[in-house]
Amino acid sequence: MKKETESREKYKQKIQSFQVKRPVIQNCFRAFWVGGTICLIGQGIENFYMKFFDFTKDTVAGPTVATLVLISVLLTGFGVYDKIAQYAGAGSAVPVTGFANSMASAAIEHRSEGLVLGIGMNMFQLAGSVIVFGVASAYVLGLIRYAFSYFM
Amino acid sequence: MMAYILAFICGGLICVAGQVFMDVTKLTPAHLMSVLVTTGAVLDVFGIYDKFIEFAGAGATVPITNFGHALLHGALEAAQEHGWIGIGMGMFKLTSAGISAAIIFAFFAALIFKPKG
Repeated sequence: MKKETESREKYKQKIQSFQVKRPVIQNCFRAFWVGGTICLIGQGIENFYMKFFDFTKDTVAGPTVATLVLISVLLTGFGVYDKIAQYAGAGSAVPVTGFANSMASAAIEHRSEGLVLGIGMNMFQLAGSVIVFGVASAYVLGLIRYAFSYFM
Repeated sequence: MMAYILAFICGGLICVAGQVFMDVTKLTPAHLMSVLVTTGAVLDVFGIYDKFIEFAGAGATVPITNFGHALLHGALEAAQEHGWIGIGMGMFKLTSAGISAAIIFAFFAALIFKPKG
């Protein structure tokens, strides 16, 4: 077992000179304008909901996120979002659209395994980690914050 | 108009931070999203994220960091009403729209669309 990991390390060192270096600056630029554009669209949707429906600045985030999720799921279904993701990297993963894309693509991919075993069990394959860490950290932090306000 | 520019720049900068994180540590997008969600929750503890939303609008509410912020926000809102038990009760209060939408749309998309590639 130990020998195996050793040879694996050696292999990693050997192939290092052949691996493509990541073009960090180019990646950052792409992430910036694609991510920024998604947020810009979000701002447009927010303004739309505030103007034509009864939403205030505090409550508008919910329907905005839901609309973006719908757009993202549709784009995933037509196979467009994967191309955007390839181009933009984190620019497409960080906005909430990336969260929806991970759920939709997992569900579509495993559709052939059945409704329950395929869609039901695989939908949260990637998105599950977001919910788990979000809820766990929010609970711990909530307890801390609550304890503070209790004693002060 | 100013709101659009701020949303574009702030949202873009969060994505750049994510891209740098991914390029430097060579971790997957799943790691990145988990870290950002936790960051959003941490920033909400002292109300920093609220000020950020006030400033950047959709530039702050669209990135996944807002998910952590909204989880904690709902939890604290319920905690004011019901004490520490409320933390678990109000957790999904504000994020419900996003999560329900994602589950519902993803489910029906899986029924309609065929996998590509």
